[in-house]
Amino acid sequence: MTALRLRTELVDALIAAFVAALLALPLLGFKLTDSATGLSLDYRWPLVGYAAGAVFTGRLAIGQLRHFFGARFDRTRGQSDIYSADPGRARIMFGWALIAIALVLPWLPFADKGLVDKATLVLIYVMLGWGLNIVVGLAGLLDLGYVAFYAIGAYAYALLAKTFGISFWLCLPLAGLLAASFGILLGFPVLRLRGDYLAIVTLGFGEIIRVILQNWGEVTGGPNGINSVPRPTFFGLPFSAISPTGPTFHEFFGLPFSPVHRIYFLYYLILALALFTNIFIIRIRRLPAGRAWEALREDETACKSLGINPTLTKLAAFATGACFAGFAGSFFATRQGFISPESFSFIESAIILAVVVLGGMGSQIGIVFAALLLVGLPEWFRELEQYRMLAFGAAMVLIMLWRPRGLLASRSPTVRLGKLAEAAS
Amino acid sequence: MNKDTLPQRILEVERLSIRFGGLLAVNDLSFAAHDREITAIIGPNGAGKTTVFNCLTGFYKPGVGRIRLTHADGRDYLLERMDDFRIAREARVVRTFQNIRLFAGMSVLENLLVAQHAALMRASLFSVAGMLGLPSYRKAEKIAIERARHWLEKTELIAAADEAAGSLPYGAQRRLEIARAMCAEPVLLCLDEPAAGLNPHESLELNELLLAIRAETGTAILLIEHDMSVVMQISDHVIVLDHGAKIADGSPQAVRADEAVIHAYLGTPDSEDLPPDLAIGIAKAGR
Ligand SMILES: Nc1ncnc2c1ncn2[C@@H]1O[C@H](COP(=O)(O)OP(=O)(O)O)[C@@H](O)[C@H]1O
Ligand SMILES: [Mg+2]
Repeated sequence: MTALRLRTELVDALIAAFVAALLALPLLGFKLTDSATGLSLDYRWPLVGYAAGAVFTGRLAIGQLRHFFGARFDRTRGQSDIYSADPGRARIMFGWALIAIALVLPWLPFADKGLVDKATLVLIYVMLGWGLNIVVGLAGLLDLGYVAFYAIGAYAYALLAKTFGISFWLCLPLAGLLAASFGILLGFPVLRLRGDYLAIVTLGFGEIIRVILQNWGEVTGGPNGINSVPRPTFFGLPFSAISPTGPTFHEFFGLPFSPVHRIYFLYYLILALALFTNIFIIRIRRLPAGRAWEALREDETACKSLGINPTLTKLAAFATGACFAGFAGSFFATRQGFISPESFSFIESAIILAVVVLGGMGSQIGIVFAALLLVGLPEWFRELEQYRMLAFGAAMVLIMLWRPRGLLASRSPTVRLGKLAEAAS
Repeated sequence: MNKDTLPQRILEVERLSIRFGGLLAVNDLSFAAHDREITAIIGPNGAGKTTVFNCLTGFYKPGVGRIRLTHADGRDYLLERMDDFRIAREARVVRTFQNIRLFAGMSVLENLLVAQHAALMRASLFSVAGMLGLPSYRKAEKIAIERARHWLEKTELIAAADEAAGSLPYGAQRRLEIARAMCAEPVLLCLDEPAAGLNPHESLELNELLLAIRAETGTAILLIEHDMSVVMQISDHVIVLDHGAKIADGSPQAVRADEAVIHAYLGTPDSEDLPPDLAIGIAKAGR
């Protein structure tokens, strides 16, 4: 039995090594060198050998690990297997602990301006991940153009605040509303499509929005973007050193001026926005609208047979997800003070989607960890920037091997009869 | 309800036809179903039974024909013109599927709440009242859970209420699909081979469940069935299809003795389809 296993694993590893060698041949095996006599081709056969050898041992090691950890590596687990009847008390406690840490983070001894700024960035992606989770995780619609709504939110804030001088708190719902309207606009024609087709169309939509922003110079500033976007104020008190119109934040509170105030304020602002998103999702999952989204993900035909309008339900999911991207976009614009189409390229959509998939579709806490991993870590290891995509790919492969349903994929029911029975007695 | 009054006709199918390419899957079919009655549709594999259900529930649009559903209050619905989800929501024709279609990753109770979506959505004022946790919504949700509990008890699934629907054994999944359909408060309940894959004991329990549904709610039931023991024991009325056309229509006893029916079943290539009761009938006819 073990001999047989060893044989299949060896064959498996050999095949993998062969594929690796084939790939390594053009990628590593040849090298152009520029010498006095002109260009010449160098051959680096050992490198090809190393690559094949590494893949061979790696493949064998994975086989052994899989054997050791048994079911943990089982990639064929079905939807109902990630279901847990346990309300996840441990997870809820853990969530509260995370919130507590997030609240005191700026006051911790090791916290500095840089850390809080990075945490702000991570929180933007947590919020975007949660927003996209409504569309992808709950409703099961693969959206590759989510960044478009983020861009619409950012430009909506920048233009409204700059041209009409509307305050951030008024712009925020307007930007969300605008993004949601675009979500509906896009949703109407495309939500008949399923799976791959929907993914392609949303991908196209994301690019269309970016191209429009780039070319509609009179309104969006074209490739130059919009600068001097109004910065946030503390209920009307600006965070600048001096202000011609009234007292500034530090003057009002009698503090010495410090640029840190604004950074801390932005941090708490995005924390509040993200928590609002989280509360919204937790609540809507328990409402008929949220249950219909999940039911739609599970079986659209069955939904129709029970009187659920699939088009309206999908539109609602799309618009709701887009709305949160709009909020996040407004925040992004006020934080940066400058926006341009470059910030909203396809890779952003890919990162947000990766956060959702890596976190475990539908899992709120999983998304926090995935955002830390995919957005936070690269920020800390800036010097390793060139390896970022490599690490990205490696992380994805590992997750697919180890936890094909994401870091923390599990779903507990939104209502339980057991608990109701307990409460009654 | 007065026992003497005749059951009211609630479904009337007139000259229904649907074609897939060169195949006439349903051919000029007319029949009716009545309140407080179980109407069985039987026929060999590929006779077009599921296709008829798909026409009734709006999943297919028939090429020709009229499907009229009448509610107790006299309102008429022309089903061939309505969208599938509106047929379930407004005309209240609710179906189950030949291949079970549950929301596998959701709990049993959640499955039953999704079936009450339209009413709950209205009570939650499209999520506004629900978001704010207003008492009007909480009351509606409580009623919905009570209804779910009622059908869970009827289908003996109450102990599994918080389990994932996809983790239930096969027979329980079949019952859950019926419970889910009942939570949608149907006027006409369409069951597509509910006894398929059940053991004899489970099959017997299913009969009792269907009779209980009829007795308790008066819901008209349209039943596609292969298992003749189910058909003969509980149906009030049997319609036999073959190659998309109706070949017999009447009481179970009358249909069992019908020559055309016997021929239809004999004519099918896979004689394993032959129901035992018919086999007896054929033996008699042959004599
Ligand atoms: N969507 C479809 N496209 C083409 N042919 C179909 C379709 N649905 C059903 N049919 C055909 O119609 C015939 C009747 O099928 P069906 O109604 O499923 O039979 P059954 O009586 O076994 O339920 C079969 O020959 C089937 O292949
Ligand atoms: Mg069928």
